Amino acid sequence: MDKPKVAFFDFTSCEGCQVEITNFDQQLLNLLEAVDIVEFREIMKETTSDPLDIAFIEGSFSRDQDLPGLKNIRQRAKIVIAYGSCAATGGINALKNHKPDYQYKMEVYGADASMPHLETHKALPISAAVKVDYSIPGCPINRDEFVRVVSDLLHGKEPYLPNYAVCIECKKKENLCRFDNREVCLGPIARAGCGAICPSNNVPCEACRGFVDTPNYASMIEVMVNSGLKKEYALTKARMFSANILDNNLSPK
Amino acid sequence: MEQTININLNHVTRVEGHGNIIVNATNGKLERCEWQIPESPRFFESMIRGRHFSEIARITSRICGICSVGHQLASIKATEKAFDIEVSPQTDKLRRLLKHAENFDSHLLHVYFLVAPDLMGAPSVIPLASSHPEIIKRALRLKAVASQWSGIICGRSTHPIRIIPGGFSKLPTNEELTQLKKDLLELAPDLEATTQTLLSLAEKVPNFHRPTEYIGLVDEKEYGLYAGKIGSLMPDGTRTLIETADYRFITNEWVSPLSTAKYTKHLMESYMVGALARINLNFDQLHPEAKKPAEALGFKTPCYNPYFNSIAQYIEACHSFFSGLDLIDDLLQKGLVEEKAPSYQPKAARGISALDVPRGILFHDYEYDAEGICTSANCIIPTNQNHANIQEDMDKLVPEMLEQGRNQKEMELGLEMLVRAYDPCISCSTHYLDVTFKK
Repeated sequence: MDKPKVAFFDFTSCEGCQVEITNFDQQLLNLLEAVDIVEFREIMKETTSDPLDIAFIEGSFSRDQDLPGLKNIRQRAKIVIAYGSCAATGGINALKNHKPDYQYKMEVYGADASMPHLETHKALPISAAVKVDYSIPGCPINRDEFVRVVSDLLHGKEPYLPNYAVCIECKKKENLCRFDNREVCLGPIARAGCGAICPSNNVPCEACRGFVDTPNYASMIEVMVNSGLKKEYALTKARMFSANILDNNLSPK
Repeated sequence: MEQTININLNHVTRVEGHGNIIVNATNGKLERCEWQIPESPRFFESMIRGRHFSEIARITSRICGICSVGHQLASIKATEKAFDIEVSPQTDKLRRLLKHAENFDSHLLHVYFLVAPDLMGAPSVIPLASSHPEIIKRALRLKAVASQWSGIICGRSTHPIRIIPGGFSKLPTNEELTQLKKDLLELAPDLEATTQTLLSLAEKVPNFHRPTEYIGLVDEKEYGLYAGKIGSLMPDGTRTLIETADYRFITNEWVSPLSTAKYTKHLMESYMVGALARINLNFDQLHPEAKKPAEALGFKTPCYNPYFNSIAQYIEACHSFFSGLDLIDDLLQKGLVEEKAPSYQPKAARGISALDVPRGILFHDYEYDAEGICTSANCIIPTNQNHANIQEDMDKLVPEMLEQGRNQKEMELGLEMLVRAYDPCISCSTHYLDVTFKK
């Protein structure tokens, strides 16, 4: 049997999730034995217009000019996976979405803001452009989760994302609660799957993987305010990675 | 020669981010020669305005997945400067060690994954994995330890976790450092083998020379990477030093219709940053063990061949490897100790930092209000500073190649290799921030 053909594509992003894949070491070689990587622009010159079994898309959808490319990928691919938070939810790119176009363009390009090649729209998840079958959130992705999702798909198993909070993973690791260190942490509503990597390094969770399916957001705000954060900052705290979720109630599937 | 050439590389592969090469020539007459940057802009400047200082490095880290360690270090240094935070000697050494880890990691990724396939006549490392398994296994071994090296110090090599104003949220253990030293020493034969591999491929590196201005950090104490002043080296050998706070005298940004990234220029039409610029500026300060591969590879400064940036990167990787080992010994001699974080208060102030990251000199410049909320920012990224120089190189190279009667395929490869030699980080370069607008 032919190995499944997989390809990697990138849109508006830092390409850090691809970098994580090059850090896989032995896992990458194992992966190469199980699949045929037919396109991966950052490390390969080879391209293809053939049908794909799995298309991995990194980055947000933030320009109309990217739509034909995304549709083409969708058309060719049996399975589309949005990997990394930029693709899954819009991620950090959405942090400026609440500002009017002219404001963020002026703030960056100044007098040249009206040049046509600088045109963008709100940073959106890939699912705003084409149907996405699965998402692997995280900024960056968690390698083990990435390998598990690929492995599940290759073995005909339905991939899943944990639907419990980072707090659960954090407690299992017996970490000191960041709130006990007078910090504000989004662990109570953040989607687990990262192994609580930030609190385990003594840094609060910023919910880079988005939220659990039914976050008690009102209560989260209350906890932040009770911990001394000004209400105006509490209300915008989770925008760092989850602005689209807050604004549009988007959650990765 | 009377060739007709139509090159439209959209997008160039094996580079970080999106760039196009457009060249048209009819009957040997050059009509168009452009390096275009169509990368989607992300507006980081707008993103960090209104955010708390404790979040800024975490956000600007996301400018680039490859250089996230560099962005975080530059960001933290700028914030510390604004709030007058002094870090301990241990923190300073650990950050320098981290800087070397990033340099080593990024340069090896570039040399092996992005440059070597051209020199070996392959489209990518994927076919090399079966045709030259020993080389690819070596690359992955080097890459794995390189990534662990920074991970041990900052928690994760892509978007570090532990770098915070004043120090680190968590320290590596002495056991981890000891193990790291052991793992690094085991790589020594792989580095030696890399020198031999590069030596066997050196003749494939195109012979092209264009003297330009070279800009990089210059530090009287050591090879400029982590600290120092901004140094300029002109083709006639003239050197100048400029204070970090005056970086805008160097960068002089301008917007080109070809690019969503801003361009820069200083004394000439363009300047170059990155490993070749640094090595031209600071060769004498390389670690003695890094001068050996330089000598073996016949590398001499000043070097005006931009394709040799990849060779300069490898020599720098050796410099970071051996300097890193020295720093680990230094840190282990006393042993790492938990330190009390320096106390500080946010205040209304501006902080500017310069750091020489793998692709060249990087500037972060922030203004904060009294509560430590960012009110404006400016980051000038290395690749921005190289775009104009890439264009200038193409303007000289393309007529030379036409003159030599190169065909379309050869020209395409030559131009792709030129762009790759710069190791451009295009996502980064369109995510620059600007300080011009204030409330």
